[in-house]
Amino acid sequence: MTEQTQETLTLAKSITRAMHDEMTTNRKVLILGEDIGKLGGVYRVTEGLQATFGENRVLDTPLGEAGIIGTSIGMALRGYRPVAEIQFDGFVFPGFNQITSQLAKMHGRTLGHYTVPVTVRIPYGGMIGSIEHHSESPEALFTHTPGLRVVTPSNPHDAYWMLRKSIAHPDPVIYFEPKRRYWSKGEVDFTDTGFDPFKAQVVREGTDLTLVAYGPLVPVALAAAKAAEEDGRSIEVIDLRSLSPLDFPTIIASVEKTGRLVVTHEAPVFGGIGSDIASTISERCFFHLEAPVLRVGGFHMPYPVSRVEEEYVPGIDRMLDAVDRSFAY
Amino acid sequence: MPQANTPATPWGIPDLVQLMDETGTVRTHPTFSPYADELTNTDLKEMYRTMALTRRFDDDMTALQRQGQLALWVPSRGQEAAQVASARALAPNDHIFPSYRDHGALLERGIEPSEITPLFRGSATLGWDPKKHNVHPYTLVLAAQVLHATGYAMGLNMDAQIEAETGEKQTGQGQATDPNQDAVKPAVAVYFGDGSSTEGDVHEAMVFAASYNAPVLFFVQNNGWAISVPFETQSRVPLATRAAGYGFEGLRVDGNDVLSVYAATRYAMDKLRAGEGPVMIEAQTYRLGPHTTADDPTKYRPQDHEATYTPLDPLPRLEAYLRSRGVEESFFEEIETEAKQGGQTVRDYVLNSKPEDFETYLDRVYAEPHQQVEDDRAFYRAYTAGFEEE
Repeated sequence: MTEQTQETLTLAKSITRAMHDEMTTNRKVLILGEDIGKLGGVYRVTEGLQATFGENRVLDTPLGEAGIIGTSIGMALRGYRPVAEIQFDGFVFPGFNQITSQLAKMHGRTLGHYTVPVTVRIPYGGMIGSIEHHSESPEALFTHTPGLRVVTPSNPHDAYWMLRKSIAHPDPVIYFEPKRRYWSKGEVDFTDTGFDPFKAQVVREGTDLTLVAYGPLVPVALAAAKAAEEDGRSIEVIDLRSLSPLDFPTIIASVEKTGRLVVTHEAPVFGGIGSDIASTISERCFFHLEAPVLRVGGFHMPYPVSRVEEEYVPGIDRMLDAVDRSFAY
Repeated sequence: MPQANTPATPWGIPDLVQLMDETGTVRTHPTFSPYADELTNTDLKEMYRTMALTRRFDDDMTALQRQGQLALWVPSRGQEAAQVASARALAPNDHIFPSYRDHGALLERGIEPSEITPLFRGSATLGWDPKKHNVHPYTLVLAAQVLHATGYAMGLNMDAQIEAETGEKQTGQGQATDPNQDAVKPAVAVYFGDGSSTEGDVHEAMVFAASYNAPVLFFVQNNGWAISVPFETQSRVPLATRAAGYGFEGLRVDGNDVLSVYAATRYAMDKLRAGEGPVMIEAQTYRLGPHTTADDPTKYRPQDHEATYTPLDPLPRLEAYLRSRGVEESFFEEIETEAKQGGQTVRDYVLNSKPEDFETYLDRVYAEPHQQVEDDRAFYRAYTAGFEEE
C-alpha cells in the first residue's frame, strides 16, 4: 500500500499515518472527537485527515465524551470502525460509563451477536508542564475492566503498527498515547510483518535485573539501564506495549534469567499494573527471585501541579534507587 | 418543591395530542387523524391482542418472580398502548433500541414472550436474536442506549453515503430485513423513560442527533415515576418541551391512546426518513405497577392513586372503542383463552431456562482469545478437575 517501506517520523505523525492508512484500506473506518477536524486535534495528531477523507469520515464532535463513546458504540453496531479521540487523559471520565459498562461488555452480553471494534485514543502521562487533569495515567482503571484491550506504544514504529492493528481488531482497544513522546523521532517500517500489538518486547538485553516499563517511561528505563551499566550492572529492559492482555511469558523468561525485577510506571503504585506484575511474578517465579519485586511509580495522590511533577514522576534516579535496593537483598 | 418553579405561563409546551379519550370516544386532528385512519379493524384488534398478551405475560412474570423463579421483573402494566402502538408504526427495517421495560414493543416486533425472560431469570443476558428482529438487547444502565441508537442512526446516514458512492447497499453487522426489499428508508427508534431522561447521556444523544441530523426517534414514555421519585422532581415542564431546545420537533401524546401514539409515531418516522430528523415523542402514560418487583410503591404513592389512574388504563379504553366499532364478545374471549395458554408456555420455558456452561462466558469476553482469560480458564479447568478425581 505504502510504496516507501521505511520513513523517519515523529510518534505523533506515525499515529496520523496509521489512521490515514487504515482509513484508506477500509471504508468503514472513521474518526471522531473534539477539534480533530479543521484544527487537526490539540496535538495535531489528526492533521490533514479531514482534508483527505472529508467531514463524513472525520467528525468534529460536540463537546461530550459520553456522546463520543456512546455514538461510537452505535456506529460500531452498524458495522463501522470508529476511532474516537479523547482530548486528554483526565477528560475520559465523562465517557467512562460508556467505556466500562457498555463498550467492554457489548460482545459478551449480546452472546457474540455483535462486535464493537471501537478504538479509543487517549493522550496520557505527565511531564509536559500542563495544568491539572492534563497529565494523568488512568490505564489501570481500564485494564481492570474485562472486555477491553489496552495498549500503549513507546516509539513511532510501534505506534504505527499498534494503532493499525487496534483499528482492525474486533475487540475494543484503549490506545494510550505517551504525549510527552509525540515529538520523538524514529524509523517506521511500513512492511507488514505480522506485528502483534499484544506482545511485550525486550528492548535491551541484560543478565542481572529486569526493568519493566511502558509508554513514556521506556526511554527513561533505557537511560537508567545505561547508567547502571557504568556500575557494572547488566539490566534487561522490557517494553510491555500491551497492558491488557499482559504478556507474562516474556517477563517470566527474563526474570528466570536475571532473578530481579523492577516495574515502573507514572500511574500510582497502589492498585497499578506494577502490583499485578509483582504478584504474578511472585507466584510464578518464586524460586528464581533473588529479591522482592519492586515498584517505582506515582504516589497515591492526584497528579500534582506541574511545578513539582518531577518529584512525582519516576525518573532515572528513582529507577536506579530501586535497582540498588534490589541488589541490596 | 420543584413544582413551585414551574413557570406560571409555560412557554413552548407542545399541545397534548389525544385522538381517543378515556371513554373510547374518537376526535379528529388535522395532522394526526389521517395516520390513525390507516388503521383497520384488523390492525386495531391485533394491537389489542398484543397489548392483552403483554398484560397477561407481565402479570405471570410478576407472579413467577414472587415464586422465586425470576431474579427480578420489570412490569410494563399501564404502558401497553404506548409500547405496542409505537412499535406497530415502525417499518420492519427500522431498528429498535429498547430500555428494559418495553415488553409490548418487543411482542409487537414478533419476539416471543419467553425470549424476554432469561435476562430476568439470570440465565442469560439476552434471550432473542437481535438481528432476527432488528431489536437490540435491553439496556440496564439506563440512557446508554439512547446514545447507541443515535450512533446507529448516524451509521445509517453513512450507509446512505456509501450507497450513493458505490451503489452497494449496507446491512451493518447483519439485520432482519433485506435492503433490496425496503419500502422506506431505515431509521431508528429508541425507547426510554422519564427517569432516564434526566441522565446526561440523553442530553448528549439529543445534541449529537441534532448536530448530525440522525434519523432517530426519541420515544420517551413518561410513566410518572423514576422508581419512587415523581415526575415533578425530574422536570418543570413536559419532556417534549425539551426538544425545542435542541432544535427539533417534540410531540406530546396521550400514551394510553393507541390512535395518537400510532399516528404521532408514523408522522415522526415520515419526517425522519425525509431527512428532517430527529424527533422526540413524549407518550404520557402511567406506571400502574411498581418500578420492579423489588419495589414497594405504597411507601411513596398517594393511597388514592389507583382510583385516580385506573381509568387511564389503555386496555379497557381500546376495548370500549373496539366494541363501539362492532367487535364482538367472542373476540375478547378468544384472547383471554390465548393469553392463558401462552402463560403456561412461558412458565414452562422459564422453569427450564438454564445458564450455559460456565466456560461459555469466558469465551465471549473478547471476540479473540485474550491471555488473561485463557490463564483463568486454565485455572478453572485444573480446579474443577480436582473435584472430578475425588
